[in-house]
Amino acid sequence: MPEKIIPKKTPMREQPPKERIKNFNEVPYGYSPEEAIAEAKRCLQCKKAPCVAGCPVEIDIPGFIKFIAEGDFKSAIRLIKEKNVLPAVCGRVCPQETQCEQVCTLAKKYEPVAIGRLERFAADYEAAQGEAPIPELPPSTGKKVAVIGSGPGGLTVAGDLIRLGHSVTIFEALHKPGGVLVYGIPEFRLPKAIVYREVDYLIRCGVKLVLNFIVGKTATIDQLLKEFDAVYIGTGAGLPWFMNIPGENLNGVYSANEYLTRSNLMKAYLFPEYDTPIARGKRVAVVGGGNVAMDCARTALRLGAEEVHIVYRRSKQEMPARIEEIHHAEEEGVIFDWLTLPVRYIGDERGWVKEMECIKMQLGEPDASGRRKPIPIEGSNYITPVDTVICAIGQGPNPLIPQTTPDLKAGKWGNIEVDKATMKTSKPKCWAGGDVVRGGATVILAMGDARIAARSIDEYLRTGVW
Amino acid sequence: MVKILKKELLVPNIHFMVLESEVIHLNAKAGEFVVVRPDEYGERIPLNLVDWDEHSASVVFMEVGTSTRKLGCLKSGDTIADLAGPLGRPTEIVTGKKILAIGGCYGIGALYPVLRAFKESGNTVITAIEARSAFLLYWQERLKKYSDEFFEITRDGTRGFTGHIDKFLNWYLLKNSVDMVYAQGCAYLTYLVSQTTKPVGIKTVVGLNPIMIDATGMCGVCRVIINGETKFACVDGPEFDGHSVDWANLLTRRHIYINEERRSLSFYECEKYG
Ligand SMILES: Cc1cc2nc3c(=O)[nH]c(=O)nc-3n(C[C@H](O)[C@H](O)[C@H](O)COP(=O)(O)OP(=O)(O)OC[C@H]3O[C@@H](n4cnc5c(N)ncnc54)[C@H](O)[C@@H]3O)c2cc1C
Ligand SMILES: Cc1cc2nc3c(=O)[nH]c(=O)nc-3n(C[C@H](O)[C@H](O)[C@H](O)COP(=O)(O)OP(=O)(O)OC[C@H]3O[C@@H](n4cnc5c(N)ncnc54)[C@H](O)[C@@H]3O)c2cc1C
Ligand code: SF4
Ligand code: FES
Repeated sequence: MPEKIIPKKTPMREQPPKERIKNFNEVPYGYSPEEAIAEAKRCLQCKKAPCVAGCPVEIDIPGFIKFIAEGDFKSAIRLIKEKNVLPAVCGRVCPQETQCEQVCTLAKKYEPVAIGRLERFAADYEAAQGEAPIPELPPSTGKKVAVIGSGPGGLTVAGDLIRLGHSVTIFEALHKPGGVLVYGIPEFRLPKAIVYREVDYLIRCGVKLVLNFIVGKTATIDQLLKEFDAVYIGTGAGLPWFMNIPGENLNGVYSANEYLTRSNLMKAYLFPEYDTPIARGKRVAVVGGGNVAMDCARTALRLGAEEVHIVYRRSKQEMPARIEEIHHAEEEGVIFDWLTLPVRYIGDERGWVKEMECIKMQLGEPDASGRRKPIPIEGSNYITPVDTVICAIGQGPNPLIPQTTPDLKAGKWGNIEVDKATMKTSKPKCWAGGDVVRGGATVILAMGDARIAARSIDEYLRTGVW
Repeated sequence: MVKILKKELLVPNIHFMVLESEVIHLNAKAGEFVVVRPDEYGERIPLNLVDWDEHSASVVFMEVGTSTRKLGCLKSGDTIADLAGPLGRPTEIVTGKKILAIGGCYGIGALYPVLRAFKESGNTVITAIEARSAFLLYWQERLKKYSDEFFEITRDGTRGFTGHIDKFLNWYLLKNSVDMVYAQGCAYLTYLVSQTTKPVGIKTVVGLNPIMIDATGMCGVCRVIINGETKFACVDGPEFDGHSVDWANLLTRRHIYINEERRSLSFYECEKYG
């Protein structure tokens, strides 16, 4: 128990905005051990800690915070890892403000305990000690599991099942593992070395990783099932949506996935040392209000844009992005055009976008999502110059697997249907979870699904009962 | 790392390359393509599958920019970073039809598996391959094996029919009728073929080559406009009805990175040759 309540979180040092928009290095530096201990001591150690239920994978939050407060960082990370295999990732990208920190007892009156920062601290502390030791593995069960997709969901399933003695092979379509953590989320928010360290750990535990293997094309699920006893589908939501408005196919109009994939996966920010190019626009408009939009806007700044606008059809309150990301974007000089909707893009004689026409919106009654529905204000149209537009309005489940697996039931939007208690699909021996089931969701929810599936897969492999 | 089992210069600037792969043959079909990445710094580029067996997948490529130049410098026994596939929708293999199949530059190679599939499904196949000059034509013997008639076309008249593909088509179609035209090669060739067959209303299927990255439907850079509707060429194509393609948009989108491509090539050549 702290002697005296400290109302505010221990601040985390970070690169100053003016400097950081010139590089792709991570923005926050993370806590020092002293800072972490100070922050950990803010925790009230509640008897019925509400934060635990706020965490989708139910980490023993007061437990690990207590260890940090006592300076026993090793025990802290061990406790976290019982529930969360990617703490260095989650500590950085989870929306804590709507999960554990939202319900923290302190948050009723003060700032909540900085649970995410402490989680990150514990994970980074462990990494700084060198290679994580391999846990003792049980004898092999002789059962083989194929995991499709190496995003956070796929990695979690693989980690859980290898520790239960099953043989695990991950099939990944791209040339690098990690899913959105690698191709989508930028280096300045999640250094790729962290993801590769986790993948490397799994490989050292015995997980096999097959890259450049597109399930549905290279081999279908039915072909995999001839060799494997179970299949987990964690292929994510990779299909970019466009608005279907005039001018969307002009040069200089990107999907967020293309823009981020070029920059992150293909390292276009290091062009021409790396061969893949990217437009270095001066006046950039990013359409959308989620984490993806924030990542695009902040990437555009780092690629040398003079003016970056976030164009969002609702207002700040409705923005789905993490508060920390909105805050970082504001600090870096991103301009927010709230209540604004693009209606068309206008090209020059060479086929490049040069202007966009927008309409202003106002908020009406709440819609199905519970947020107030934006309604166009007639006659409020205006035209503004742009040389790059990035469409970050969302993405749907990757259609390749549903298309090539006829007996796999998929919903209207292409999302694979599952039994929530087990993550079993309609197809025997096949489980699914993460964004391919939920549509664009979060890292921790993908990991939560993966945990449930791993348990169900293990049970099936042991009992043979579907 | 993927091993190059064999590499051969077919004609100036166009190479044949056999890559080691144990998996591509599992589902490979005519008209599909693969993605290759030359090295750790490289782009992912799409290349048509020209052949495959249990241990390999082959491509024919033309040197145009950095990635294909990098590939061009490699030899048998070397490795490339990545190979993925097969990708795209295969060619729709009809039966019992008379098909005029056209290939230019790398498309001559790309034609090979498609001719084979057409022929093996009982079609009559007339093949026409095209180049600037006779010394740029290749694989005649291979292609003839699956062709009922075979034409060579050169713009400078050094072999076969003299002129461009449109002139050949106008000449050939004047006295022959076909059920379908199929074309593979650079965008200008497929465009010209489509423009020439449109007024006479002959079904024309062409392989398009927009810029691609992932080639799994994830980024949308490969979008093309077909009958006014946006399609992703890597998963909905790459073959489409040539009369429905918005060619102006395709040709414009191909040039998005023309300045960067030049810069990239000169950067690479400076690094390599000083
Ligand atoms: C730019 C961006 C920023 C984000 N920011 C946050 C954030 O701050 N916090 C947060 O919690 N969430 C964030 N998200 C969402 C989060 O990243 C996803 O919810 C999460 O990654 C989903 O995990 P997954 O394992 O289901 O799939 P993914 O991470 O999407 O991974 C799927 C993998 O499967 C592979 N694959 C697809 N099809 C095939 C196939 N046929 N064969 C083989 N492999 C295949 C893909 O290449 C990919 O590697 C963000 C998303 C994006 C795009
Ligand atoms: C589905 C598909 C299948 C393909 N199959 C083959 C194939 O079998 N063999 C093959 O050689 N190529 C093929 N291509 C084209 C090939 O992918 C490109 O040539 C390659 O990406 C060029 O990369 P680069 O870095 O060498 O050149 P870049 O630096 O990307 O381009 C250099 C310059 O060449 C121009 N250019 C690029 N490609 C072409 C082209 N095909 N024709 C004319 N000009 C071009 C560019 O506009 C640019 O000006 C295919 C493309 C697609 C989409
Ligand atoms: S709710 Fe907040 S104060 Fe209570 S145990 Fe959790 S982190 Fe500590
Ligand atoms: S190449 Fe990315 S969607 Fe087609």
